[in-house]
Amino acid sequence: MFEIIENWKGPWPWYIAGIIIGLIVPTLLIIGNKTFGLSSNLRHICAACFPSNIKFFKYNWKNEIWNLFFILGIMIGAFIATHYLANPNTIVINEKLKLTLTNFGVTDFKHLMPTELFSVNSLSSIRGFILMVVGGFLVGFGTRYANGCTSGHAIMGLSNLQWPSLVATICFMLGGFIMTNFILPFILQFN
Amino acid sequence: MPMYNNIQPLNNINLDETSACINHSEKKENIFPLLKYTLIGMLFGIVFVKAEIISWFRIQEMFLLQSFHMYGVIGTAVIVGIISVAIIKKYNIKTIQGEKIIIVPKPFSKGQIYGSLLFGLGWAMTGACPGPIFAQIGTGLMSGFVILASALLGTWTYGFFQEKLPH
Repeated sequence: MFEIIENWKGPWPWYIAGIIIGLIVPTLLIIGNKTFGLSSNLRHICAACFPSNIKFFKYNWKNEIWNLFFILGIMIGAFIATHYLANPNTIVINEKLKLTLTNFGVTDFKHLMPTELFSVNSLSSIRGFILMVVGGFLVGFGTRYANGCTSGHAIMGLSNLQWPSLVATICFMLGGFIMTNFILPFILQFN
Repeated sequence: MPMYNNIQPLNNINLDETSACINHSEKKENIFPLLKYTLIGMLFGIVFVKAEIISWFRIQEMFLLQSFHMYGVIGTAVIVGIISVAIIKKYNIKTIQGEKIIIVPKPFSKGQIYGSLLFGLGWAMTGACPGPIFAQIGTGLMSGFVILASALLGTWTYGFFQEKLPH
């Protein structure tokens, strides 16, 4: 038993994570007829806090409040995992990626995110600002324009065999490939 | 004075019994069914951190084809999802409240191509999709708030220009 708990502290394998995430789809359907999709929460928060008389935000967001309870759970779960189930070892990262990043002066490989790029301090660097602020903007703008994100399209939509979700998923991946391989090496120069 | 009569017995109950929430008003009862979503969200949040799905490094490795991890996670989730939805449809499984399960398909629009490409760029920059943004905040990452605020601004901007954008 003790051994199992110790193993749990290390990074969980992809198949465990994949099975649990996949099972969220039927669970949400069965416990309340809810379809899995997280980016709509960004819309609900806008509708609740800054509707600004915009048609797109004029709807009864309170009907979707279950989803806000869901993301509250995500935050609590992430807190628990970080403070009580933390991996005692440092994260294992591909050596090639480490080498590439070291060349750009990114050398913090201890945590899930590199602090040289993602911290409040690095907001004042050009690359930090671009990655956090422009990147965050693209996530919020793009997911709404696409009418879904990785959960709503790639997992929920594909689970229901909807071809528009396959198109969306292919475009998510394409966008990511373009950014990481061609644009990010340029952005990372601006320390 | 019936209202006053109700208060009397409460004074005799010790704290343990009152905190058991036996007799709540209707408004408060509505909260409890919603908490089951919080519980599932908690499990999801733990998986996000423990399987390092919210790691910027894992996302870079995925797009550089340097690691199978993220493909394994998403691929397994999709396969489990497809099987689950097929079972629900085949056996006409109802919700626990006895309702018929309805999945409304998302209609196609060209916006899915433009928007998805833009989101893909942002995903590789921040290492986060909308779910992991909230998980990043849960881990205590202060920059998660910056990313969330920017994402909210992005969603708001989409709402502002929605009718003018090609769909």
